[in-house]
Amino acid sequence: MKALSVSKAVSALMLAGLVLLPLYSQLSGNVFILTLFTRIVILALAAASLNLIMGFGGMMSFGHAAYLGIGGYAVGMLAQEGVGSGWIQFPVALAASAIYALVIGALSLRTRGVYFIMITLAFAQMAYYVASGLARYGGDDGLTVYKRSDFSGLINLSDRTQFYYLCLACLFGVMLLIWRIVNSRFGLVVQGLRSNEQRMQAIGFPAKRYQLVCFVISGTMCGLAGALLANNTDFVSPAVMYWTRSGDLMVMVILGGMGTLFGPVMGAVVFLLLEEFLSQITEYWALIMGPLLLLIVLFGRGGIMGVLGRAGRG
Amino acid sequence: MAEPLLRVEKLVRRFGGIVATDNVSLDVASGELHAIIGPNGAGKTTLISQLTGHLEPHSGSVSLAGRDITYLPAYRRCALGLARSFQITSLLLDFTAADNVALAAQAHAGTSFRFFANARKEKGLRDAAHAALDRVGLAHRADVPVSKLSHGERRQIELAVALASKPKLLLLDEPMAGLGVTESQGMVKLLQELRKEVSIVLVEHDMPAVFALADRISVLVYGRVIASGDPAAIRANDEVKRAYLGDQHVVTHHG
Repeated sequence: MKALSVSKAVSALMLAGLVLLPLYSQLSGNVFILTLFTRIVILALAAASLNLIMGFGGMMSFGHAAYLGIGGYAVGMLAQEGVGSGWIQFPVALAASAIYALVIGALSLRTRGVYFIMITLAFAQMAYYVASGLARYGGDDGLTVYKRSDFSGLINLSDRTQFYYLCLACLFGVMLLIWRIVNSRFGLVVQGLRSNEQRMQAIGFPAKRYQLVCFVISGTMCGLAGALLANNTDFVSPAVMYWTRSGDLMVMVILGGMGTLFGPVMGAVVFLLLEEFLSQITEYWALIMGPLLLLIVLFGRGGIMGVLGRAGRG
Repeated sequence: MAEPLLRVEKLVRRFGGIVATDNVSLDVASGELHAIIGPNGAGKTTLISQLTGHLEPHSGSVSLAGRDITYLPAYRRCALGLARSFQITSLLLDFTAADNVALAAQAHAGTSFRFFANARKEKGLRDAAHAALDRVGLAHRADVPVSKLSHGERRQIELAVALASKPKLLLLDEPMAGLGVTESQGMVKLLQELRKEVSIVLVEHDMPAVFALADRISVLVYGRVIASGDPAAIRANDEVKRAYLGDQHVVTHHG
């Protein structure tokens, strides 16, 4: 199958590039690119987690940025209260995201289609306003994280290269997990529900239970991205959960290719690089970015992975 | 008389002012093929939906092998051995034929909250899928996505999916719908084989097929069972002839 090999080759190239990036940064003395790509890797992780429910599960969540905030605030609030250990901060970030996902999922999954989109959006906006109201933790202005998570000397998050590799390891770990999940019994059921819920009920699967578990897994993964993001920017504010950020994540997934393993990562890389370089050229970069994305979505069905697949077929 | 496999008692379902299922009582014995016929709008699909759990009755009861299942959700009934096929083909289009059938087998083979092992490499599930596909004569199409299969083949997959759950009772909602003459004949032959293994409730418009297959026939008109009996008795029943005025010749001359 040549079709597979083209997209596979590009994916492999991209992964290799991500692994070797710190080397390039060091040789060229370009520190900025490492900072940029740390952010890209973290948001790629968030996009990959969204893809699990959106691409494979058919659940169009428009509130995924909430987990970025929850994971981030878990780190920031604990740091502020004097708990600097990453061994505590990260599990708390994941657990808080999981609990939020469980509650929001249980309520949202009673609805379908547009209503599901709107209700997940509404909950994320609620989380946004709750964060804005946290006077003790900076309210609207956000919260500075003075000290990055401390992993008792095992890994130093303040070291750019080490932190980058930590983020990359998390991304690869999550992708491996997603790959195993989508091919597992559970994953087939979730994808079956995306395809035809009535049929799945008729052959004996209670739909909501599986969808809710998938929703929680996805939210927990994104909470990890949130904890990393707070460490990356040394700062967390309500803005990370704003609905436009949820939209960005959706665009990354769609741009890269929904329901593919590497698509969201590819989407995040392309989206954030475009954003970066266009904003260097002009202040009105969004005017170029918008139509560009529109063209890709209109003419490149299946996103970048879809285009690569067709290119391979000739 | 032994406890029937399926017993439906005084089932009533209304839609606004219309009584779509009006005091329907019927039973299906173990090993029986019980056909339900009736003109368009007689409430056949409404009745089937209440048997499968997609629709709740307003009163009455449904029991399977002595157990009351009137208000059980669809997936629980399925676990108790009730499988259905859909009147309008309802499959996972982006999955292969084998995947469709294997998922049905998976639903009845332990928990599906398994997150790591590759389900497509589970020999038990694949074997069950291939056996069911073989049963309906589609083993050679196992790895083709359902979206690429013909209508007739999809009808057969519907049946294979239902079979893969190893049901006690098979509810078939118009399995011949939209099939050509030769395809229909193939389906009749297949059902003749299957009825040796499993009890079947057959809702069907194709009268020659019904009269060739059924042990008993219940005739549904305006939500009520107006007659129930073996094919010969139904063919001779005056009320049935009246209900099928337009199709009278169909009832009287075939079989």
